[in-house]
Amino acid sequence: MGYVAVKGGTDAIANSIELVEFYRIKDETPPIHIRQLQAQFRLAIDKIMGEGSFYAPEYGALALKQVEGDVLEAAFIMRAFRATLPRLYYSAVIDTRNMFVQRRISSSFRDIPGGQILGPTYDYTQRIIDTRLADESYEQVQAFLQQFSARISETDRKAITTFGKVIDMLRAQGLLKGVGNRDDESEEGRRLVDITREAIKFPAPRSARLQMLARAETGGLMALGYSSMRGYGGVHPTVGELRVGLVDVTVSDPTGRSRYIGRVRVTEAEMITKAKTGKKSERSAGSVPYYAIGYGLCFGQNETKAICMGILDRAMRNGTKEAPANDQEFVLYHTDGIEAMGFTNHLKLPHYVTFQSGLNNVRRAVARSKKQAEANAASAPEPPMATDATASPGDAERMPSEVLTEL
Amino acid sequence: MIPSFKKFNSRFNFAFIDENTKREIRRKLLKAICLPGYQVPYSSPEMPIARGWGTGGLHVTLSVIGKDDVFKIIDQGSDASVNACNLRDFVHRVTHCRVTFDTHAATLIQTRHRIPEEQLNDGQILVFQVPQPEPLRAVERYETKTREMHGEADYARMWVSLYEAFVRYGDIMQGAGYPVMVNGRYIMSPSPIPRWDVPNLHQSDCLYLFGAGREKRLYAIPPHTDVVPLEFDDVKFRIEQFPGIRCSLSGTGGAFMDELYNDLGHFRHVINDSDFLDKLVEHKTRPQQWSNKYLQQVLDEMNANPDLES
Repeated sequence: MGYVAVKGGTDAIANSIELVEFYRIKDETPPIHIRQLQAQFRLAIDKIMGEGSFYAPEYGALALKQVEGDVLEAAFIMRAFRATLPRLYYSAVIDTRNMFVQRRISSSFRDIPGGQILGPTYDYTQRIIDTRLADESYEQVQAFLQQFSARISETDRKAITTFGKVIDMLRAQGLLKGVGNRDDESEEGRRLVDITREAIKFPAPRSARLQMLARAETGGLMALGYSSMRGYGGVHPTVGELRVGLVDVTVSDPTGRSRYIGRVRVTEAEMITKAKTGKKSERSAGSVPYYAIGYGLCFGQNETKAICMGILDRAMRNGTKEAPANDQEFVLYHTDGIEAMGFTNHLKLPHYVTFQSGLNNVRRAVARSKKQAEANAASAPEPPMATDATASPGDAERMPSEVLTEL
Repeated sequence: MIPSFKKFNSRFNFAFIDENTKREIRRKLLKAICLPGYQVPYSSPEMPIARGWGTGGLHVTLSVIGKDDVFKIIDQGSDASVNACNLRDFVHRVTHCRVTFDTHAATLIQTRHRIPEEQLNDGQILVFQVPQPEPLRAVERYETKTREMHGEADYARMWVSLYEAFVRYGDIMQGAGYPVMVNGRYIMSPSPIPRWDVPNLHQSDCLYLFGAGREKRLYAIPPHTDVVPLEFDDVKFRIEQFPGIRCSLSGTGGAFMDELYNDLGHFRHVINDSDFLDKLVEHKTRPQQWSNKYLQQVLDEMNANPDLES
């Protein structure tokens, strides 16, 4: 059994890997170059980088190609790769007021200083399938680009600088309070945790919560964020400001000098909600209401995710666990796509030893109840039960069907 | 012309994980060994193996493995399971360590859900893959609370749940992963090993290390530590019973059995531990098994009915 069986398992894996490779390229179309993916599948790669918590567009494109376009699987490959890289530096805190803004909107005010900038978004594209793209040619691409760049004024382009924040206005008016609640003011609450270097503990400081959310799976965050808005929880937010753009990343070298190491695109959401934090006594009659923000920031352009991060950041500071979205452990443990996907798929691994162990118990319990029933029947003068006609001879140990349904 | 990417020519460290992280995991393992049964949180970096597929076991294996180690890995008792094959291949690829199917020849054994039938010695480490390290999770869903309960050795709800099972079904219904008390202090999940294996955790010569990757916890049972399955004075822990059942390949009993079904729905039994079975069938020897009172009972029974051997 040993070597032959092991060889069988090894061969099965080898064949499976070869087969999945065959499926990827079997139609003999020209191989997709990762530059093409990087350029034309921008949002998929943004999602991969965010959930993979690894900002490297070329690697994201490579991962996307490797797994036939499964974004979550690609994010998994990115995470696994980033885990092989040593942590050399922590970047300096980024002030998104210095962001090179590509898109920036506020739904709280009709107009904001610097103006609403719609930027690149699918929000108003009308989701009608564009059949023209089926025959898109390189010439068409060039023609569009030429026409487009002719309309850009070089002086206007250089004039774009940075924008102040909407929340600064509210803060200046005293309507917005700091985000901290009592838990977060403790020393542990203020500590900057690195969730890639230490396991999260609960209650988790806000730094850990936001990091977990930043690499959580978009769909998972959306489900919980939506639940909070829809009624399972009390967060009814307004987009204070949503911005997408490029920010500079710097680190300190050993001499303490700040060094520029590159730019990353991020999406930042500041969700304004009416605050209900604090102790009940503070919400008593005569207390002054105020606003607080829920904060979301993630790699790339992924607005659904940033917004839901903002909602959940707020929800988790609610102080009660009356709704799933308010519950730190519930939200943070179950929205990591890589972990959830892995565990879900582990059900495909064999479990026959574990199953046998439970089966052994259930069979004994069934036998006990049968014995009990027989004892009862013997003491009460009832007509005898019909014998089981389906039981085959010499098969006394055959699995009782009720065991199967019970498990 | 599209340029090629030079940056992709990277190589991996010995045993895949970077040295700093391996050191961190070894430090946490030392802590775990000092506090038998206590769950130590650790970084749990992502591996190129999916969460839930043995990442915790791999973290432990790759952090403690050295160039001279001889590595064995089993999944559900078998060297041949596809996942065992895959992980064996991975560990070999990143360490070039010798691999073996022979339980006795291995210095480091990673396992999913079994302890080998053959007794392990003081030169061996058994690494368990753990899906759910928290034995109290069934009675308390919040991690904050379970850590408190462990801290205060407040295990009342665990006992009550075992009692409730007895009242409802006439027995403690816990199957695999039977909770144990380690060193008289912490209730611990032995990972989903069958009850058959649980007594072998007690006062063993080898070192047991447990890695739960997704849940980011490590724990350990050092050699010669008391490990007692939870039981009542009048309702006792029992291992799985295979009364009168013989392995259809080796003709012998006294080992944990698998049920194999044929197309007609009939089944036969085969010894689960693939290396143990190989030694019985190919080498005609019965390896030195663990000694514990539960197994002794089974063996005595078997020896009392030798006529069943064929």
